[in-house]
Amino acid sequence: MLEHYMKQGSSYASHIDGLVWMIFLMVGFWFLFAEGMFFWLLWRYRKKPGEKAAYFDEHAEHKIKYNWVEIPHRLILVCDVALIVGAISVWTEVKISMPQTDETVRITAQQWAWTFQHAGPDGELDTMDDITTVDELHVQLGKTYKFELASKDVIHSFSVPLFRLKQDAIPGRVITGWFKPTLAGEFDVQCTEICGIGHGIMPAKLHVDTPEEYAAWLANPSHYLAYHY
Amino acid sequence: MAESHAHAHEPHGHAHHEPEGWFKHYFWSTDHKMIAKQYLLTGMLMGVVGAYFAYVFRMQLAFPGKPVPGYGMVTGADYNALITNHGAVMIFWVAMPVLIAAFGNYLIPLMIGADDMVFPRLNRLSYQIFLVSAIILGASFFVQGGAFGGAWTSYPPLSAKAEYNLTPLGPSLWLIAVALEFVAFLLGGINFVTTAMNARAPGMKAFDIPMAVWMIVIASIMFMASVGPLVAGAVMLLFDQLIGTGFFDPDRGGDPVLWQHLFWFFGHPEVYVVLLPAMGFVAEIITVFSRKKLFAYKTVLYTSIGTGVLSFFVWAHHQFIAGIDPRMANVFSVTTVLISIPIAEMCFVYIATLYGGSITFSVPMLWALAFIGEFLVGGVTGIFLGASGADIYFHDTYFVVAHFHYTFFPIAIIGTFAGITYWFPKMYGRHMNELANKVHFWITTVAFNGIFIPLFILGASGDHRRIFDYSNFPELATPEMQAMRVFATVSLLVLLAAQPIFLVNFFYSMFKGKQAGANPWNANTLEWQCPSPPPHGNFDVLPDVYRGPYEYSSPDRADDFWPQNSPS
Ligand code: HEM
Ligand SMILES: [Cu+2]
Ligand SMILES: [Cu+2]
Repeated sequence: MLEHYMKQGSSYASHIDGLVWMIFLMVGFWFLFAEGMFFWLLWRYRKKPGEKAAYFDEHAEHKIKYNWVEIPHRLILVCDVALIVGAISVWTEVKISMPQTDETVRITAQQWAWTFQHAGPDGELDTMDDITTVDELHVQLGKTYKFELASKDVIHSFSVPLFRLKQDAIPGRVITGWFKPTLAGEFDVQCTEICGIGHGIMPAKLHVDTPEEYAAWLANPSHYLAYHY
Repeated sequence: MAESHAHAHEPHGHAHHEPEGWFKHYFWSTDHKMIAKQYLLTGMLMGVVGAYFAYVFRMQLAFPGKPVPGYGMVTGADYNALITNHGAVMIFWVAMPVLIAAFGNYLIPLMIGADDMVFPRLNRLSYQIFLVSAIILGASFFVQGGAFGGAWTSYPPLSAKAEYNLTPLGPSLWLIAVALEFVAFLLGGINFVTTAMNARAPGMKAFDIPMAVWMIVIASIMFMASVGPLVAGAVMLLFDQLIGTGFFDPDRGGDPVLWQHLFWFFGHPEVYVVLLPAMGFVAEIITVFSRKKLFAYKTVLYTSIGTGVLSFFVWAHHQFIAGIDPRMANVFSVTTVLISIPIAEMCFVYIATLYGGSITFSVPMLWALAFIGEFLVGGVTGIFLGASGADIYFHDTYFVVAHFHYTFFPIAIIGTFAGITYWFPKMYGRHMNELANKVHFWITTVAFNGIFIPLFILGASGDHRRIFDYSNFPELATPEMQAMRVFATVSLLVLLAAQPIFLVNFFYSMFKGKQAGANPWNANTLEWQCPSPPPHGNFDVLPDVYRGPYEYSSPDRADDFWPQNSPS
């Protein structure tokens, strides 16, 4: 369902969407059931001349309560268990586990820009051929990336809706995570935590490149001008 | 039980008080009913302010970069200040004062058959502190640098350092205003709980207490239990702002995320603090207008206590992706999803109350039913956010904004209208105009859905919140998405256009409405067994209580109601 509104572009996007779909079906059922019951009762028990409302004493109430409270109670508990299992397994995949990664990218947020430190041709961070860009992140289709997220000032949040990835950046910490792009193209990076008056103008571009595009980008000599000390 | 309360029922010292000046009557009164009206009118006025802010920023979102009629150009800084104070005003200066302070003050003594609160002067002080807090908040718009714009959650370091937020004075004034508001409600809460415990009419046992009173008492206890850590946090944040301490500053050994824990430890229970009173009003109204006993009184009571307790263990669902240990999210996801059980039970019990009823669709009933129907949307959409895996996508999007407005709008706006239209005849001894109220009801309710349904879709499409202009985000600047933003804003204009109908009706009916007797709805609870409006001291003779509050349509009686104080 979500993919109808936002394309899926990472290895785990479809899992998050699947969880959303499962929740949608479950709560959709309960919602329609409750609203349907509600409106039906309103119609059925609207005031009619000469009809008095029912009175249930403790005993009568006890019986009705079984149908109205105990049964839904148990059914909802079953739904909750399914939901929790789904939520935790997706969460574990995206946020707790760390798969074997191909490369690391360092992301630094500040008021109001993103700095991306790419590993460069040698695939190693903190070497001479690193490529550092502002508001422009390049990744290669199908590779698994680890990211190291930091902030220089206030809290920001690194969000790529295409990937279904979002993570706050906390000053004073480096937070790690991972993603694996599965769709080539140009996409939005957002800051999703209010970070001052420029919060609305803190976009960045994500380029998910095919291997050829990525190689061409790596080869662009303008990256290395800064290193001609 | 009855004896222990006897002292509270001695004739009231002020029952035959000498005539007082208008200043003393309107501004220095210790009468719980006058304090209630002060809170109500201040809350309504602040509601107009909060709605005006929403009008300005929604206009900016629909027509970015165009001057907003009645405001002018909206800059990024303006936008942040507007949403921040919209949220803060709506929760702290509208929902709290109206639902808890106004109705709590008005209803608790009347519904338990007492002549006033047990601490009337504390009560007066509570309102005065509240008024000061509102004035300070207002003043924060006019200081150098302008009002605070760091969101109602006020996360440091943004809220802590002027070099980051660029408003040197706004954040401190904002924080002081919020802290004073908390003090006002602490005083009020002490009063509500003590009064409900000690001043009940002889014979009113625990399960004879009307649900509205129970709910306000539970809410007050929750408020008092949760606000302490936040007040401590607010003082630390104020020190960080003003004297350069580093409680939340990582450069000085502090931790910004600590504030989030303190804030949400309060902030989540706070949602239930405002929810419960509204649920209480709804219980009173649906029983009266379906002529039915409240179904499963004890279940309602226990589930609201259960929800209240559980709500202290869910706070970090606001922080799933905020840099907490990700394994901790599992615990909070479980507690959050589990809270669906008591909440769903409450909804089912309310719906079941209609079963076998004889339902009249009068105006208060329409509002109460709208509360149930709309709150359900807020409830089920919360599940998406409580499920940690799905929250990764939805967090801080318009899906969240739509979700919590489907809880807050029913609570603070629909619940308030339910309460006002139901108790207006008691407060002023007159009826409001029914037709005008119905027109107002339908426009408001339909337009409300028109505002927030598109926001769910926008959130699912990736709209993140607190953004003053989406044209910087190509994925979000599509014509379809802009059309939805315009639709939401137009719905808001329709909603706002309907509010003068209510305001005129309210003030007109106060003086010119049709006379209402003591008990126009044929209700059982004690507030309807004294004159309308009740005099200082409330009851001519303080009542004794013989039965529970919801004995409607009893087969043993010709009447379909049975007042709590009627001996037979
Ligand atoms: C009058 C109709 C209302 C409209 C049209 C409205 C609209 C909005 C919108 C669009 C936002 C998100 C702004 C943004 O993130 O850029 C917002 C935020 C908020 N609203 Fe409302 N709202 C209304 C009433 C209420 C009520 C009744 C309450 C609570 C009792 C409330 C509480 C909040 C809160 C707490 C926020 C979050 C502020 C923040 O992000 O710091 N709103 N409102
Ligand atoms: Cu930001
Ligand atoms: Cu919460």
